[in-house]
Amino acid sequence: MSTTHPVSHSERWGLPLPASGRTKRASRGRASRDSGRRVGGRHRWLRTRTGRALAGLLGLLIFVGVWKFAQASGWAQPGTIPDPWKIPEAFLQEWDSGRLLSSLGSSLIHYSWGLAMGAALGLAIGAGSALSTLADAMLGWLVRILRPIPPLAWIVFAIAWFKVTHAGAAFVIAIGVFWVVYFTAYSAVRGVDPRYNELARAFGQDGWVRRLRDVTLPSAAPGILAGVRTAVGQAWMVLIAAELIGMPGMGQEINAAAGVGAYNTVVVYMLVISFVYTLCDTAFLQFEKRVLRWRPS
Amino acid sequence: MATVLRIADLAYAYPGSDTPVFQGLDLSVEAGEFVALVGESGVGKSTLLRCVAGLVDVHAGRVDATTEARPGSRGFAFVFQDARLLPWRRVRANVAYGLSGLQLDRVEREARVREVLALTMLTELAERWPHQLSGGQVQRAGIARALAVHPQLLLMDEPFSAVDAMTRQKLQDELLAIWESKQPAVLFVTHDIEEAVYLADRVVVLAGSPARVALDQRVDLPRPRSREGAALQHMARALTERLAA
Repeated sequence: MSTTHPVSHSERWGLPLPASGRTKRASRGRASRDSGRRVGGRHRWLRTRTGRALAGLLGLLIFVGVWKFAQASGWAQPGTIPDPWKIPEAFLQEWDSGRLLSSLGSSLIHYSWGLAMGAALGLAIGAGSALSTLADAMLGWLVRILRPIPPLAWIVFAIAWFKVTHAGAAFVIAIGVFWVVYFTAYSAVRGVDPRYNELARAFGQDGWVRRLRDVTLPSAAPGILAGVRTAVGQAWMVLIAAELIGMPGMGQEINAAAGVGAYNTVVVYMLVISFVYTLCDTAFLQFEKRVLRWRPS
Repeated sequence: MATVLRIADLAYAYPGSDTPVFQGLDLSVEAGEFVALVGESGVGKSTLLRCVAGLVDVHAGRVDATTEARPGSRGFAFVFQDARLLPWRRVRANVAYGLSGLQLDRVEREARVREVLALTMLTELAERWPHQLSGGQVQRAGIARALAVHPQLLLMDEPFSAVDAMTRQKLQDELLAIWESKQPAVLFVTHDIEEAVYLADRVVVLAGSPARVALDQRVDLPRPRSREGAALQHMARALTERLAA
């Protein structure tokens, strides 16, 4: 198989590609040689989109098979694992009762506001401290103190400051999102090639607004967007913690169901979160592709 | 003829270094003049351009860009060795990069961009992303961006050193055609003496540490010149010998 094939193997096999254009091309060469031999030789059917979808489905079926076996055979202690066959029924029950849609709607409010606020602040403060020596020095210790505090620990203050409101739940999510975006924005802006700043100066475009808009942010965009994409997932992971403040939502439904041992219901909400996350991530990926369409593909 | 650049008694040292790159360096460039700056690598040719462009802070002496302040134009424009297009802008937007802040309205800006795209034969490629261009096209876009601000002094830092020999000759001829039609003064850094003699009215040799002008040679060859012409070859050889000495 030729290594100069127009579609890279690494893309077709869904191997992770590094972010930057240059390493991408380099590793693509490697990946095409390695996986070309390994996958191309023995699993030719994986070369098509359908083939890969089938493989993904197969992996899923095996997982459900093991799950069902563990539950039915008594391998897992009875009552500690839900019956996968009962999940659709539990789903319909949640749907019919209206709990699913209303909790989904409520969670989406927490999620959207938390993600938007956390990402905006993370970007502003991360980029700001990367650009300002003073801000960087002033935030150095503070960041070390605040960084390791789990979002869950902020709940008491979320309730104290925001009462039991959507804003309180969004606040807890925003904290989880903030750090992810803060650190990626910081290093992305730090990593802007100084040659572009020289260019801006040579062409009289070095007023800070212009430089930020025309050079710094576009140049840092790949790194920043990679961070925001991580945050798109991170925000869902903080959801249960966020809704512990007492706000309705899928996180609260999971807590409530777990409290009464309704494992099937827990799994239903887990799967709904997965599904909504997949939609969010796919939409964000499209957005990212559009914004970064200037990069060689 | 008016002087567009006068460097007098210039001194500069790299940050953190005690040994100056230049000490007491003098050089001037007349309006419309094409001056090539040659010298061994590391002698400070590119640094001198950066001093002129104000990209580094000189320690002593004067760099007077005595260009007249014309509306809608910059005194100088820079063409980088690596072209340095912004990869997130299409060619058209890259070429327009230096125009903000020049008090041109949208129509004038667009006319400028069209004009220089045509001059550099990039009109067809205006909507491309930089990564979709060849090495020569990238350099032409860098030159177009510099021409768009109607500079009176064009600072060019080894602009053709990264392209293949065929493309280099083509770009040299295109540059000469543009220079003859627009008549900006050019300060052109190169390590290629033949290129310097082929292009320039004057070849200035930088040598020594700290560097100074070791030789300022007028090239009195009629244009258009021939690269293989005996006079040109002779002058290039003589300069090479002086440089090696």
